[in-house]
Order: sequence, then C-alpha cells, then structure tokens
Amino acid sequence: MSIQHLNNIITGKQEYNITVYTENQIGLLNRIAIIFTRRKINIESLNTSPSEIDSIHRFDIVLNETEEVVRKLARQIEKQVEVLKVYYHTNEEIIWQEMALYKVPTDTIAEKVLVERLLREHGARAVVIRKDYTVFETTGHRTETDNLLEALQPYGLIEFVRSARIAIIKSSEGFNRKLREFEQLEPGQEVSENEFLSSRDKVFTM
Amino acid sequence: MEVLQEEILISPEKKETMYVSGGVALLEGLIAEGVDTIFGYPGGAIMPIYDALYDYKEKLNHILVRHEQGGIHAGQGYARSSGKVGVVFATSGPGATNLITGLADAQIDSTPLVCITGQVFAHLLGTDAFQETDVINITTPVTKWNYQVTDATEIPEVMAKAFHIARSGRPGPVLIDITKNAQIQKFDFEGYEICNHVRSYRPKPIVRNEYVEQAAELINQAKKPFVIWGQGVILGEAEKEFQAFIEKTNIPAAWTILGVSAIPTDHELNVGMLGMHGNYGPNVLTNECDVLIAIGMRFDDRVTGRLDKYAKQAKIIHLDIDPAEIDKNVQTTVPVWGDCKETLPLLMNLCDQKKHTEWLQLFRDYQQKEVDAVIDVELKPKSGELTMGEVINQLNILTNGEAIIVTDVGQHQMVACRYAKFNKTRSNITSGGLGTMGFALPAAIGAKFGAPERTVVSVSGDGGFQMTIQELGTIMQTGIDVKMIILNNRFLGMVRQWQDMFNDKRYSFVDIQSPDFVAVAAAYRIEGKCISEREQLQSSLKEMLEHKGSYLLEVMVTKENNVFPMVPQGCSVSEIRLK
Repeated sequence: MSIQHLNNIITGKQEYNITVYTENQIGLLNRIAIIFTRRKINIESLNTSPSEIDSIHRFDIVLNETEEVVRKLARQIEKQVEVLKVYYHTNEEIIWQEMALYKVPTDTIAEKVLVERLLREHGARAVVIRKDYTVFETTGHRTETDNLLEALQPYGLIEFVRSARIAIIKSSEGFNRKLREFEQLEPGQEVSENEFLSSRDKVFTM
Repeated sequence: MEVLQEEILISPEKKETMYVSGGVALLEGLIAEGVDTIFGYPGGAIMPIYDALYDYKEKLNHILVRHEQGGIHAGQGYARSSGKVGVVFATSGPGATNLITGLADAQIDSTPLVCITGQVFAHLLGTDAFQETDVINITTPVTKWNYQVTDATEIPEVMAKAFHIARSGRPGPVLIDITKNAQIQKFDFEGYEICNHVRSYRPKPIVRNEYVEQAAELINQAKKPFVIWGQGVILGEAEKEFQAFIEKTNIPAAWTILGVSAIPTDHELNVGMLGMHGNYGPNVLTNECDVLIAIGMRFDDRVTGRLDKYAKQAKIIHLDIDPAEIDKNVQTTVPVWGDCKETLPLLMNLCDQKKHTEWLQLFRDYQQKEVDAVIDVELKPKSGELTMGEVINQLNILTNGEAIIVTDVGQHQMVACRYAKFNKTRSNITSGGLGTMGFALPAAIGAKFGAPERTVVSVSGDGGFQMTIQELGTIMQTGIDVKMIILNNRFLGMVRQWQDMFNDKRYSFVDIQSPDFVAVAAAYRIEGKCISEREQLQSSLKEMLEHKGSYLLEVMVTKENNVFPMVPQGCSVSEIRLK
C-alpha cells in the first residue's frame, strides 16, 4: 500500500476526474487553473484538447481530494462565463488511459533483455528502433506504465515521458445534444443547472 | 446550424454602415447601452478613445478623477445607487493596475461594472513595452469576465457581451482591454446590437417548483423561523416581494450590511444586523431558530462566526441566484436556486399566514438588553467626549432616513451600519466583502452622480479618508454635492480595538496623525468645519446638510471606544459579547 493510499484512507480523499466542456477561448486555461491554485489544490494531471464538437474544448483534470472539495471546485468552474458544463467522476465511473514513451539504449536492450518478452508482458510496442536508441510506447493505467518504467530502469533508461490522463465517462451520452440546447435562448432545466445539483438526493422529505 | 442559415436567407437586411474608428464604435456602444456617465483618467494607451470622446462631450459625461482607484470606486458608488452598470476608463500599465482594488471589491460585492483599459499596440504585446502590463492575467481572479480586443471589428460584439455579463445573473465587474491599434483602426460599423444570450453562460438557474414546495412546507411547520437577507434582494430588485413575504409569514428578518436598506430600518419585522458587530438578538437566536431562511446572502465568515457551531439545530433554506453559493459554507436542507424576484412570490403563495408572536417577542427582549447595555450609552451619552453613534443618531434625525449613507471601513463603518436609518432601498453603500479603506469618498461621488436627486453623505474615519483624499479634487472640479463626515478618533480604530481586546493593548502602529482636514478641504475650495463639543453637533450637521454644495464636517470623537456587541473571531454567533 502506497503512502498516498494510506493518506487517502485517513483523509477521505480519492482520485477524481473532472471533465469540463468550454468555449475555445484564450485565457480560459488560466481562469480554470486559478480556481485550484487559489485554494492551494494540486492538479495531478491536466489534458486539454478539442472535443468531438467543432469549437468546443474539453479539459480532463485529475486531482486527489475529498468529494466535498471536488463538488465545490466543479461549481466554481461551471460558474465561469465560458464554461459550458462540468462533470466529476471517480475512477470507477470512467475508462481511463495514460500513454508513456520510453527511450533506452538499443545495444543494452538487445544484449540484456528479451525485448520480445518485455513487449509482450507490458503490452508495449516499439515506435522507433535506431542504432543508438529504441523508443517504446505503452498505454494503460498508472501502475501499468510504472511497471514498464521499473523494468527498463536497470537497462540505462535515457528518457521517459507520460501523458496526462484522458477518460471516457461510462454513463455519458456525449455532448452533441446538450450543445444544441445551450444554443437556444431558453434551454431546458438540465442544461441550466449543475448536473450534480440535479442529481442531488431527493433533497428533503418531511 | 441549418436553421441559422435559413434565417439569414429570409431576412437579408442590408444594414447601413458607418466607417468609424474602434474608439468611436466603443462610445456608440456605451450610448446604445444607456450609459451617461464615465469615470476615468486618460493616458498614452487610451488616447484614441479619449480623442473620440472629445466629440461626445454632449452625450457622455466623463468625470475626471484623481486616481484610477478613485475612478473605479466612483463607478461602484454609481452602480450601487443607480442600479445601472458603472463604466470606468483607465490607461494601460499603472492605470490598469490601479483598478485592481476596485475590481476585487466589485467582484466580492457583486457590483456591475464595465472597465475599459487601454493597452499597447498589438504588435508590442509581450515585449515589455512602455506601460505594458499583462492586464488580462492580473485581473482574471477579480473579474466576472475579461477580454482583450486587438481588432476594432470585435468591439461592438465584445462591448454588448460585456454589458450583458456585468449586469445579468449575479452581477460583477467585467474588464475589456483594448490595444491602441484597435482603438485607431477604422472599420465598417454596422450598428450596435444589445446582447441577451451567450451560449456558455447561464445567468440564472431555472426555478424548481419541488424545492419551493419543500421550502414552503418547512416554513409552514416551523415554530421559530428566521429570515436572514443580503444584497441579493436589492440586486434582484425584489424589495417589495421580500417585504410581502415576511409580512405574510410574520417571520423576523435580519440583514447583512450590504442588504440593510432593502426594507425600512423601522419595519417591525426588521430585527437588525447579523454578524460580528451585529445585534444581540439576531446572533443569539440564529442558534435557536428551527428554520433559517437565507435570501440573497452568502454566509460570509463575518456573518456566521464559527461555522461548526452555526445554526446546527436549524433546517436551512437557501435562496440564491448563484448555484456555486449553495452548500459552499453552510449545508442547506432545501436549495431554492433562482432569481429571488421569481422565487419569493412563489414561496409566499405556498406559505400560510402566521403570527409568531412569542418568537418575535424574544427578539424584542434581546433588543432591550442590548439597548440597556450598549445602544443607549453609544447613542445618548450624557457626558464625556462625543461618540460615533450619536453623530449617526443625529444624522438620522436630520435626514429622516432619506439620505444615501456611504461608509468607509472600520469602526465608524460598523457604527454607521448599526445605527443609520434607511427608508429607501439602495441607500447604504459600503465595502462589505473586501473591506476597502478609502472606499467612501470616491464611492460617494459616484453615488451622487448615480442618484443626483438624493442627499449623499459619506462617513469615513481619519485613516480611510487619507487613503483617497485626492478625490477632493474631483469634487472641486465637478462641483458635485457630497456631504463628508470624518469621525476622527486619532487612531486606526478597529485594529486598535483588536489590539486592545486580543493583544494586551499593545498598540502597534495604529496611532495615526492627520492633517488639518478642514484646511485641506479649504485648499480644494470645499467648505468645512471641525467640532468636538456635543452642543455643536446638531447645528453643525444641519449646517452641513443645508449647505449648497459639498461640505466636510470633521467630528472629534472619543479616542478609545470599542464597537460592541462583538462576536470574537473563532467564536460562535451565540457567544456574542456585549462588552
């Protein structure tokens, strides 16, 4: 059990994935980032890219926090003028992947390990094989990319890079239909309210 | 998308265009938005706009302030007294950075502003050019929205969006940074269209009937319901709806300092002020009510005191237009989100008429205790030096609660808000959230421009007045009529009070010296007077109010009075101290 894992059990924190749909606007990354930094909250991973819809951008943000903190952050993000919609999910509610690239000296790797076994065991593939170095690529959860990192470390790993996390929301029906509603002057209830407020437990019964 | 194209085909209106500069387009936009007053200060990077303004002198009244901070506080005062959007001009670099305090103040107090800053030429951005500052990034945390214009053709649309965002939903400050080339550049201006829709922006959530029903059910069953309201009632122009709601249900109601003037001070259901220096009853009884109905307020820490001991026994109903406020500080039982102008009548219709006689009596009993222990001593001292409270009390008698009172920040602010009487909405203008010393003088100038028919009185301390004292020059030049009271206790009083109570009277740098304020005013050709005797008080206040034009009255008050009651920091509201 990692120290972080132990810490999380004590503090009630866990990994959350925040998904933000936004207009494609200069400065918006800063506006979103300062919502975290102002509260001294660390962003573990951040990916931003065009979404399936033209002109709409998608942010995938990972952080380690309690649900209460994440909910409040999500509301502050959604409050920003150019943010269309915010969702947050636990790891169980999403399918996620991170990609990693590993550069190792070709001679060592050829001499000392069975490259083939390495690739098979770690679901990796070689992207580039040159005389001086080879670049492997693997995609998976953090532990999987970590495993290959550990395996390659003794063989003179030269360089390593891991991408931000990207995630598909299991329950999502996509954003196309919602966007059409946003474009209307009088949108439906679902669009003009925070998703998490809507799904709040049947709030109160006497 | 197809629908949109069809519409264009059906109505191929050919618009008449004018070939104008970005600066002219900007001013045309202001006129289309109904702007009549601008507070500003020119400089190199905003010169093309000022050049255009030269031809618009008849249509737009530009008030030349003495410092950009004074300009933006004046814009805030204007917005708060008039209910319109305040407009502020400043140049790039230092001009823009001088706006920051006002932006932060307007952001936290939800004041609608559109600030226009000049910026260096687009090709110089990022080169550390003369008077270049990264204004967009500096202002991002303290604006509701901001945008940099580098091409004149963007100006009409961006201005329309700026006004829409500033005034709709929960209002706030918007800053538009315009590079000099865009101000100069000429383009075919097709006219100005008011904006009422931004795709990604929802000014207010749709009201949910089930929550209104649940809230009404709670209120109808409550034995000891308690309403606490804030500026949201005023911003939502829901004063009548609010008064009708409490009158039907007969629920005692207490206010945050930004909400105070929404209903008359003397209204029988108005039980006073909440929070750190609020009234005794509302604070103690917050922890005894069974249903707490919060309307257009945000549970600021100065209102709630220690959160884990705040109204824990009560079911909480929270009416707010901003979904991010729901459950932010206090966990609600029923969130009635939406514009309170819509939700209050819905709620009222479902609520039963009630009396709550005994419960109301409880507030009156606590009020009597406070009158005996604190209020009488403060408002009607028989001997000794003048107190801040008696100045406000005399002012109430003379203005009959009809004046706009603009306060600065500190002890006098708490005293003024506690004791001032208000009969009209939009009468109390103060820096509530940010607590900006130096706010009162420029804000009072702006408030008078926003409501010229009303008497405007600023109340400052000797410390705060010196922070923006240069705006006396604005008064001199415009001839505006603002009555200024300085309550001079020769201390930075609120910090001294805390040092007295919590730091063993170690008075660390609170002993502040002041100039001869009356002589300073005289140098600006403003009449004034300094008094220290009780016999002079009423006649001097009268003289001030009856004087034609601005007047400065300095009142020497007792040096070491503390403001009570007080909920010390870190204590529960029910631990409020009377001494």
